[in-house]
Amino acid sequence: MCGIAGLIHRRKTGDVGTEMTNMLKSLKHRGPDSTGFALYGTPKGNELVLRFKVAEQDEMKKGFDIHQQVKDRRAEVDKRLKELGAKLVKVEEATEYAFRYRIDFGGDRRKLADYIEDIEGAEILSLGLGLELIKDLGDAARVSDQYHLNGFVGTHAIGHTRMATESDVDIRSAHPYWAYPFADVSVVHNGQLTNYWKGRRALEHRGHRFMSNCDSELIAVYLADKMQQGSKLEDAMKDSIHELDGVFTYVVATQDSLGMAKDVMAAKPMVLYESDDFIALASEEVAIRSVFPHEIDTWDPYEGEVRVWKAEGARG
Amino acid sequence: MQMGMHTEKLSGKTQQRFFSPSEEENFLYPDGFDVDFNKRAEFDAGPLSAKEINLKLRELMSQGNGTIVMHNPGAKHGVAVGLLQRLNLHIKGSLGYFGCGLIDGPNINISGRVGWSCAENMLSGRVVIEKNAGSTFGAAIRGGDLVCKGDVGARVGIDQKGGTILIGGRAGAFCGFMMQRGRMVILGDAGKNLGDSMYDGTIYVGGKIAGLGVDAVEGEMTDLEVEYLERKLKLYDLQAPNGVKNLTKIVAGKQLWNYDNLEPTEKKIVL
Repeated sequence: MCGIAGLIHRRKTGDVGTEMTNMLKSLKHRGPDSTGFALYGTPKGNELVLRFKVAEQDEMKKGFDIHQQVKDRRAEVDKRLKELGAKLVKVEEATEYAFRYRIDFGGDRRKLADYIEDIEGAEILSLGLGLELIKDLGDAARVSDQYHLNGFVGTHAIGHTRMATESDVDIRSAHPYWAYPFADVSVVHNGQLTNYWKGRRALEHRGHRFMSNCDSELIAVYLADKMQQGSKLEDAMKDSIHELDGVFTYVVATQDSLGMAKDVMAAKPMVLYESDDFIALASEEVAIRSVFPHEIDTWDPYEGEVRVWKAEGARG
Repeated sequence: MQMGMHTEKLSGKTQQRFFSPSEEENFLYPDGFDVDFNKRAEFDAGPLSAKEINLKLRELMSQGNGTIVMHNPGAKHGVAVGLLQRLNLHIKGSLGYFGCGLIDGPNINISGRVGWSCAENMLSGRVVIEKNAGSTFGAAIRGGDLVCKGDVGARVGIDQKGGTILIGGRAGAFCGFMMQRGRMVILGDAGKNLGDSMYDGTIYVGGKIAGLGVDAVEGEMTDLEVEYLERKLKLYDLQAPNGVKNLTKIVAGKQLWNYDNLEPTEKKIVL
């Protein structure tokens, strides 16, 4: 089933960490397997935020030497970052196996991502100026607590509660997906894509990487490929309505924008609240009510609809 | 043969009538509560779960309250379901999924919005939503009036078996899919595949139709229909954008397999 949500403050920043946590808590019944957040903070100069993990949560419970392996893998990440000329500005340990680095890096981001992910167990969750992508097993309260997301100030956010249907319960199959190698682009999805393998093969031939067998990852890679070819986000999303097959509603975010797309059958739910200052959308209205307890007007976007909103307060 | 009602021979009291506070003769299910419309109660649904809200409604009805005002429903799912008797229920706020499902008789007014599958399998009564509604609005209803004054999502009245659905705004794709009886009025635009595979019943559209579904065709409006629809719309303070006479009427073309003995290859030619 899965629950998806998105919000954007159009003219200012807000506590998007707490707001998204509350929205996803309300959607827990749509999927308790894993929870993910893509939060967009205020960029600091040209510093990149790198979120990565070096093991799955389940792995930490198995194997007598996993703790040493995690240390070794992280040391290898540090070594390779330095090799590529990245300067570590700030290093934070979100969990024993997941990390947040602020790095100063002006080189080829794809090369950096490929080199890091070449290390066994390593996966870059996100890389961007403002994007912080956090995902782990468990419900929203647990993940938010674990990664200290309450109080995260930013312009916009998207989130996902997952009910695993077609791939494993692990972090690599959890949403959101980062649109490798594009900085700051992330996607959450509710539905099933029926042309996943066909689309994946075509994109792999074009040099894109897939980290999971989850059909939702295809959307992130598809949009990345389109943008790599010069498409604007909204145009790429409009193309996806006809080129992705199946039932889907997805939400995408970039450094300064939030967008949603719904398939031509309108088979997956989405409720939308829109005002001059704030946009909130979610699989169910109950999630929007967690941000707006008072009476507001909401509606369902229609079949084949694509919408994009921009945070005017964000740095373009 | 008019108004798509030629096969609408509903049986049973509950399918043919709906309650009105002014009606003298009403009836009760064996386990129904005898309520007085002049006895009124209010409660705050904010801190309650959906189950607790529904139990609260029953508790208030068991005390004879015929008019109940519910505050702060908070878009919770499955609220006000299974109400099988006369009742005036005013919901101040919005409901989530499956609100007012499986009801038979109550008169419900909702000041906010409703989520997916509102009033599913409704047998009789009246549900009026002041704002918008989600998809599968009025799925499989068999009787009563279901009214949304705003816009609704996709698949309105899917498998509709009777009753009347009125929509003040626009509606999404696949409305009236496999509709069997009853009437649906969409005063705004209708999405694609309208009336797809409908067996019977009638759909009226005031705006543009993005596309008709398989075996849905335009029909001709009659004076009886115009009179009926004018009365019905007036009842809920709704207006057809270009007048009732100019509504587009959609009915079943009855060319599908269940209406003839054509071979599969012949069916392809017909459709």
